[in-house]
This record gives sequence, structure tokens and C-alpha cells, in this order.
Amino acid sequence: MAATLPASAYLREEGKIRSDMKDRPPVARRVSPWADVVFSALAHGAAWLTLALLAGILVSLVIGAAPAIRAYGLSFLWTSEWDPVQNRYGGLVMIYGTLMTSLIALVIAVPVSFGIALFLTELSPLWLKRPLGTAIELLAAVPSIVYGMWGLLVFSPILSRFVQQPLQSVFKGVPVLGSLFSGPPVGIGLLSAGIILAIMVIPFIASVMRDVFDVTPPMLKESAYALGSTTWEVVWKVVLPYTKTGVVGGIMLGLGRALGETMAVTFVIGNFNQLNSLSLFEAANSITSALANEFGEAAPGLHQASLIYLGLVLFLITFIVLSISKLLLQRLKRREGRVA
Amino acid sequence: MDARVDPAVAMKPKLAVRDLNFYYGGFQALKNITLDIPEKKVTSFIGPSGCGKSTLLRTFNRMYELYPEQRAEGEIVMDGSNLLTSKDDISLIRAKIGMVFQKPTPFPMSIYDNIAFGVKLFESLPRVEMDERVEWALRKAALWDEVKDKLSQSGAGLSGGQQQRLCIARGIAIRPEVILLDEPCSALDPISTGKIEELIHELKADYTVVIVTHNMQQAARCSDFTAYMYLGDLIEFGRTNDVFMRPRKKDTEDYITGRFG
Amino acid sequence: MSTTAATATPEAAQLARRRLHARRKRRNVVALTLALAAMAFGIFWLVWILVETVRLGIGGMSLSLFTEMTPAPQAETGGLANAIFGSLAMVTMATLLGTPIGILAGIYLAEYGQRGWLGHTTRFINDILLSAPSIVIGLFIYSVVVARAKSFSGWAGVLALALIVIPVVIRTTENMLALIPNALREAAYALGTPKWRVISTVTLRAARAGVITGVLLAFARIAGETAPLLFTALSNQFWTSDMSQPMASLPVTIFKFAMSPYENWQKLAWAGVFLITLGVLILNIVARTFFRNRT
Repeated sequence: MAATLPASAYLREEGKIRSDMKDRPPVARRVSPWADVVFSALAHGAAWLTLALLAGILVSLVIGAAPAIRAYGLSFLWTSEWDPVQNRYGGLVMIYGTLMTSLIALVIAVPVSFGIALFLTELSPLWLKRPLGTAIELLAAVPSIVYGMWGLLVFSPILSRFVQQPLQSVFKGVPVLGSLFSGPPVGIGLLSAGIILAIMVIPFIASVMRDVFDVTPPMLKESAYALGSTTWEVVWKVVLPYTKTGVVGGIMLGLGRALGETMAVTFVIGNFNQLNSLSLFEAANSITSALANEFGEAAPGLHQASLIYLGLVLFLITFIVLSISKLLLQRLKRREGRVA
Repeated sequence: MDARVDPAVAMKPKLAVRDLNFYYGGFQALKNITLDIPEKKVTSFIGPSGCGKSTLLRTFNRMYELYPEQRAEGEIVMDGSNLLTSKDDISLIRAKIGMVFQKPTPFPMSIYDNIAFGVKLFESLPRVEMDERVEWALRKAALWDEVKDKLSQSGAGLSGGQQQRLCIARGIAIRPEVILLDEPCSALDPISTGKIEELIHELKADYTVVIVTHNMQQAARCSDFTAYMYLGDLIEFGRTNDVFMRPRKKDTEDYITGRFG
Repeated sequence: MSTTAATATPEAAQLARRRLHARRKRRNVVALTLALAAMAFGIFWLVWILVETVRLGIGGMSLSLFTEMTPAPQAETGGLANAIFGSLAMVTMATLLGTPIGILAGIYLAEYGQRGWLGHTTRFINDILLSAPSIVIGLFIYSVVVARAKSFSGWAGVLALALIVIPVVIRTTENMLALIPNALREAAYALGTPKWRVISTVTLRAARAGVITGVLLAFARIAGETAPLLFTALSNQFWTSDMSQPMASLPVTIFKFAMSPYENWQKLAWAGVFLITLGVLILNIVARTFFRNRT
């Protein structure tokens, strides 16, 4: 930044300057064009690096999983036998565990998040809005290992006594539901992992929902109120359809988080590679917990390659979920856009 | 300022406003407003920005209640009871007083569903009757011919003027007694504005219409009665012709002749 | 407007209206109560987790936590000093490594690549990286660094954490820069400022608060990450400040100790959990307050 002369200097020299200005041609400024080039190159380079990273991750995963891919091909996805002793591996148990826990998590988290967003935008008194909103966001900041440890040592005994055992006695003998709630009710398994994942994921979904509800044009809501709608009707019939793009995005965000979560699941899922029944109470396994528990000791070879294969599958699942959500969002936007 | 319609042309007031005061937090936006809104006529509120005309309009259907820092004191009497303190459910009150906003606000649903939205809140009509009601409302809003073939398309696909008429139709469909229009043409082009002004003229046969406008010429064209407001006070109220040709107050005359505003 | 004979009698119509209205009101009350319950549900978990963490962890807080190394199972004394140091070292290095790359890429997205395929693709890829499972990132670094070097190391851990920092910083930087109105940029250009200067001294400076907040939040995020360290930095029973050696970290140590049956280990694990939670929450609150005050 050039320094400026004190105003008095101008005043004194005014006459001189004016004549000077008229006679002297403008001096060419020394510009350094290469600074722009370097800066732009750095910025572009960083973008390319991101691309390279993704490519690198995919390539290294595929290379690492190659022995397992060669040995099993796609049947890995639906074989459930996982035997390090006999060196025979199939990922069904883990894949099922990952998908099931995420499903349970979403089933719980989506309605609760909707309720929280509804409360924060329509019901909460003004002075409570910020602290409550921050509190929910702090839930997202708690590290997953805390969830895991708390889940195992505090939550699961309570779940076992007050939820699992009663559920089991109520539904004993009932088809389908009975088998869902069979198995040792000791507080670990798919249900526990699913519930803890739900708590982890609620702040993500709720924050996004709250943000999009907040930016709904007040005039739109007032139009609905002006017709005599109740608060619930305004939110359910007008705000939600208006914000569905963002809501779907938020849900997908939560799903992605649930799919990839390691520590919270590893502590309570039981790490047991068997898929005997529909039971939600049996010890099970997920891709992330299998990796966390076994990769450290897996000998290079088919065991390690199978684990990396699982990692690749998980990465692809997350990629597919993300792509679907982007496509959905694009389609919704285009439909609204074309029509508008 | 007491500005009742002069008794020589006494009309039955649909809404009788008495000593209405309105506050945004600590700021007083309306000061002791007293006036009568005549039944089945078009009344316009005019005045420079910030004079309180929209605020006044929004007290009629208690829209301010959505915002905790806003409050109103005084009386607005309709059909014998004070709207501000009435024990009736607010949604029933709002069903009798419809509102159209500055920008068209079609709901994210089909044209048919937009119209049916309000009706479904209060009546469970069989499909045939609902179709009739939708057609009736769209005809009343002079929109039927333009949309009768695309009722299932999204309301957002219409032009600005059509969307605003859709919002008017939506308000009419629940058969209110009063229709409030808050600068309904400010986002529209002159041709659409003209169509809506024609519509207002027809609506007054069945409804009491109150319109807020920053466009004086529009008030002069459309309304039977005009209220001029300034900084929260009601300066003058009377028949539109009188207010525009023979204003009683100098302030009114200054505004009307464009000396300020 | 005609009415068919179906609802002919005005009394029947009135009754129907009233019943519909009552049903709507009921539904409204039920829905709003459920919303309140959902809010309470969310807060309940937060409070329970925090209370238990404090209750079980605060007992283990003592000076020795910061001065003594991780002990053997069932030992009398011990602390978490090496784990705490390892975490601080790796997290700080990872943030220092990842932030410049993230900010540069974020600048690219906001200032150079708003259109065109590179910007579009980078944004999409960043979204993928942002939601990639952190354990997969650990696997990647394992294959590329650890397997090659045939040893676990602190550097590998730093790289893995940096890969998590980068997408977060890219996203926040891009968002914050995009919020700066174009009028500001145009004013700078109008004075003849070259593009790189506009970005670095005008736009970035205007978005400074948000970008810093993003970095702080990324720091807090990786401070609690366990999975990427599991097969990169592994762990270390002893003190080391040599980054090319396996390094202990708070989350991995907690993982190991918590899953064990030894009481002294479990107690240390709770103390560690308390420390991490405290640190992360304080960082979050500081970052948010900072952001709110500066904008």
C-alpha cells in the first residue's frame, strides 16, 4: 500500500503539482505479472492435488484388495464365511452389519432431527434458540471414541436391562418381530450400535434441516398462516416441500457419516463374524469394526487383502450414496427451475 | 385522530378500528388509529415508506402474532367482537380475512392443490365439489381460462401476474369476508397490474377489500375510500375523490401533489 | 356455486366443519408436543454423555496424567503423557500441513473455478473426500507410506490426519469466500489491483474470521479421530518425540485401554476421554464465539 503524503504537502505544492501533472507523461508502473501466474498455479495445483488424492485412494485400495478380488470376485459380497484360520473370506456379515446399523440409525435419527428442527424454528422462545442450537451442534463435536466408550461402559448395561430384556419378553414367539429381538440381551449388537449411531448423526441432520427451515421466505409461511393453517400444517405442507432439497441433502450427510463411523460402532457391535439370524441383539460386525479390530494383526496376504477389499466396498457405498443424493438434488432443482 | 367516515354517507363498517396502537419492541409504529372500513367497498391505505400502512393491514388478521416482539393494543371490531382479544381460534379468524402479499407466493404444489389447500383446512369436500370450488375460485380471479388445462402443473410455472391471481384465487376459495392486499402489484408489470386492478373492481361486489399501495395513481383508480398515513398517524380518511381532489389537510395535499414522498 | 345434496343440511355441514377443525387442532398439538419431546431427547443424550464423562473421568485427573507414561496393565502408577504429546504433535503438524493446501484449493474453487469442469469436478471430489470413512483414509496411508517404509510412524499419522483436514478446510474456505460480495472485489480491481493481490489482501482478509474458524474446527475434529491413526501411527508405550517412530496418541490409547479388562487402564481411558472431550468442546465454543464476534 503506497504511503500518502500529508495533506499540507499537497496544498503547498498545489500550483507546482498542477503544472507538473499537465506536462509530465504518466510513468509506467512496474508490474510483476509472474506473481499472478504463480498464485494461480498454486491454486490450480491444489485443486489438482485433490483430484489426485481421490484417484490415489481408489488406486491404492484396488491394488491392496487385488489378491482378494482375484480370489473371490463379486461373490465376496454375499459370502458370509470369514475364517482367518482356513484363509477363506466373504464380506456379507460386515456389509450387512454396516447397512443395518446405518438403517437403524436413520430410522431413529430422521424423525427426531425433524422434530428438533421444527422445535428450533417454530416453537422455541427466542432466548432459547441459540443455546439449544449450539447444544445440538456440540453433540456433533463430541469425538466418536467418547461415544464408543460411553456406549460400551454406560449405555449398554442400561439398554440391556431396560430395553432389550423387556422387548424380548414381550415379543417372544411373535413371528418376524420375535426373531428380531432374540439373542442374548447384553446390550451389544446391531441395535446398540444403531442407537448410538443415531445419536451421533442427529446433530448433523438436525442442523441442516434447521438451516433450510430458517431460510424459508417468511412471506410463504405467512401466506399459509393467512389461510388459517396451524403451525404443524404450515411446516408439514409448505415448509417441508419447499425445503426438500436441503432436507434430502442433510439426510444423505447423516447417512454418509453413519456408514463410515468406526469407533462408536466398534465398541458395541460385538465383533463377531457370524450371521445366524435376523436378531438385532446378537453380536455382529461392520466393515469399520472389522477393519479396526483385525487389520492391525492381519498377515499380508489374503486376510489383509480381504480387509482392504471391505474398505474398498465401504468407500464405494459411500460414493454411491453421495452420488445418488447429488443426482436427486439436481433433479429436484431442475424440476423447480424448469417450471419456474 | 378521529377520522370516521362522515355520517352523511354512513356505510356499515365491516371493520371498526378504535384507538389502535402498535409496537415493534419499544418502537411505536401506529398511534391511536381510529377508522371504519366500509363493507363491500375498496379502501386503500397510502403514504410514504414507513408510515405504517402495511403494519395496520397486518393487524387485521393478526399476522403480527407470529413475531414475539410485535404487539397491538386497541380494538378492531368485526361482526360485533374485537378481533384482537377474541377467544376464537386464530385460524378461524384468518379464514374470514384473506391476505395477498407483495410477492406472489405459490405453494410448492400443483395449481389445483394450491387452491384446494385452504379449502381442505376447513371443509372435507368430495372430489366433485372440490373441483367446482377450484373452478369457481379461479374464475373469480380471472385465471380459469388460462390455467384450466394445466391444473396439475406446478404453480411456480405461471407468470408473475398469473401467480398473483393464483394467490388471490387461493384466498377467495375459502370464502372470506374481507380481503387484504399488501402492495399486490409491486412485483408485477403494468399489464398484469391492470388485470389485477380490474379484478379488484369485481371483487368488491362480494368482499370488503383493503389494499395497501405505494402507488397513488393506483389508489385513485381502484379504491372507493382512501386513508393517508404518515409516520404512524392517520392523517386523513374519506372518499377517494375527496381525498385526492379536495384534501382537507395540507400534509395530505403535499403528499398527493408529490411535494414529498 | 352449487352444493350437491350430499351435505345439504347446514347443521350437518356445521358439525362436519367443527369436527374437522377439532381434528386439526389436535393434530397440531400432538405434532408440536412431539417436536418438544424430540428436542428434549437430543438434549438428554448430550447431558447424559457429558455428565458420565465428567463423573468417570475427573477422578483420574492428576498431575501424573501429564507427567507419566502409559503404564503396563495393572501397574500402580502411570499417566498419559506420551499419548497427550503424540496427539498434540500429530494434530498440530497435520493442521499445519493441510491448512495451506485446503485454503489454496478453496481459493481456487471460489475465485478461479466457479465454472468449468475442473471446479465442478473438484467440488464433487471434495464432497466425496469429506464424507469418506476416516478408516479408509488410514488404509490408504498404510498402503502408500507404512507398507513402503515397512514401519509405522508419526509422520504417517500426520499424513492421514492432514487428508481429513484438507476437505474440511476447502469447504469452509470456499463457503466463506463465496459470501464476500462481488462489489468488494470489483472495487479492488477498479483500483488496478492484480488478481492475486485482490484475493490475498482483500477477499481473503474479509473472510478471515470464517476461514480461521474453519481451521479451528478442523483441528478439533482430527483431535478426536482414532481410526486413521490405527494403522499409521499405531501406538507406543514409551515416550518418543521422533516422528518416524510409531507414536502414541490419546484416542488410540483410549481405544486400547478401554477394551481391556484391566482396571487401571480403564481408569486412565476415562481420564483420557474426559481430556479429549473437554479440549474439543472448548475449542468448538472458542471457535464459534470468535466467529460470532468477528462477523
